[in-house]
Amino acid sequence: MTLDLSLLPDGGIPWITASGPHADIVLSSRVRLARNVSGFAFSPRARDDERLRVLAQVREAASHSALLSRAVLLRLDEMTANERRLLHERHLVSKELAELDAPVARSGSAVLVGDEAALMVNEEDHLRLQVFRSGFDIGGAWERAALLERELGERLPLAYHPEFGFLTSCPTNVGTGLRASVLVHLPGLVLTQEIGKVLTGLQQMGLTYRGLYGEGSEVVGNFFQISNQTTLGRTEDELCDHLARVVAHVISREAEARRVLSRDAGYIIEDKLWRAYGTLRYARSLGADEAMNLLSGVRLAVGMYLIGGLSVYTLNKLLVFSQLAHLSLAEGRALTEIEANLARARHVRGVLAAEAGEA
Amino acid sequence: MLCDQCKERDAMVHLTQIKDAEVLQLHLCEKCAAAKGIETTVAMPKHPLGDFLHAVQEQAPPAMGDQARCAYCQTTLRDFRTSGRLGCAHCYTAFEGALRELLRRVHGAALHRGREYEAPAAAQAQAPASDGAAALDALRERLLRAVAAEEFETAARLRDQIRALE
Repeated sequence: MTLDLSLLPDGGIPWITASGPHADIVLSSRVRLARNVSGFAFSPRARDDERLRVLAQVREAASHSALLSRAVLLRLDEMTANERRLLHERHLVSKELAELDAPVARSGSAVLVGDEAALMVNEEDHLRLQVFRSGFDIGGAWERAALLERELGERLPLAYHPEFGFLTSCPTNVGTGLRASVLVHLPGLVLTQEIGKVLTGLQQMGLTYRGLYGEGSEVVGNFFQISNQTTLGRTEDELCDHLARVVAHVISREAEARRVLSRDAGYIIEDKLWRAYGTLRYARSLGADEAMNLLSGVRLAVGMYLIGGLSVYTLNKLLVFSQLAHLSLAEGRALTEIEANLARARHVRGVLAAEAGEA
Repeated sequence: MLCDQCKERDAMVHLTQIKDAEVLQLHLCEKCAAAKGIETTVAMPKHPLGDFLHAVQEQAPPAMGDQARCAYCQTTLRDFRTSGRLGCAHCYTAFEGALRELLRRVHGAALHRGREYEAPAAAQAQAPASDGAAALDALRERLLRAVAAEEFETAARLRDQIRALE
């Protein structure tokens, strides 16, 4: 199967528009619910035919859902590794489902992509339902996720236990199966060296943080994904409210750090950030992490009103589209690291020149 | 089997070495293996779930041995301790005691307080009409799993039960 991204509503990345609250600091808010269908072993233990039956049942249930009835089904088990990587770069599928290093994905692995929600099928759990919102909007994400879960749960018998709640492959997700996360950009706290205290504080509040690409990913470009650590013993509303309260506090700390930076180190910061912009504008080769860090600087400059005429939407697009699988797709072939660095620099230069009206 | 080295203690470590196209089989006890510098403890995978797996492996409820097995998917408590993943919804019942303790450690609670759920009536209606047929299907399902897990004793028992019902 060839992946036609134009089929995807919003390219599957509705949050990229930077239209939500606090978009200068918060990229996206996400609520994920893990669910399993009764009568089948969990996906990692299931036989191929069971995984395919799960997929068929989920498709049938989704076709009756208002939120997913027009969704596009993408079969990862029919895709090349680069196509799967591309979906991962768009945050549509996890690393586990994408199986980035495998030549072929396990049968029945798929994702349904709708306007507001994406549904991973046969990941570690039969269903991983995800709702993304632009900016800081956990409440909105939870509301849509709950609605979608009800629609699906009315047609699919879900694995549920009165004492343990919704049953999941890994007991760290059992109960609500809910993982709410907010992707924040915290360069101010990193530069003022306050970040350590904030991250320690998060852990004391029962929250955890990861890099841009979730579990197991490194923190690059000052992007942090903050999420709840536990899923059992509290209601969904309590989990979401708690996360939202703590993240609101982190946002105000970041805003404060930016004020301190422009007050106490104005010209040094301004110089550093313009240099980052200059490098992105004119460099001939850009490494993946290097580009991420420079984009972080430029994003901060835009947030501090130091660089005008550049939208956060454009920066969000650069963040996603300057990654390996997207570059490979644009070039129409697999790229070596050197080729990717050249292609990345070319892409970033083109976008920034167009934005500056020089294309 | 006795240790190839000391010929005293039971061999616990079975090592296959390939040296110049020659295959060597070594069976050693833990002590001799350690003396040879062979790593006998399984290294914890570098994994964000590492701490969790560690907690899973640490707590060993005396009431339930590692051999406890889920009758539906054939996952054992040992499998769970190794992978950190349960095999199916029935595992939660099969390993209930051990899990309750673990959940308390991981989540600070063992009781669900979130949304309650009742499976759709329509889905239950789709199930085979007669109880006998349903039981037979369930047994066939278990038989397939037992075979897949190479649990041949269980498989034989299930096969007999299926024949009796047929």
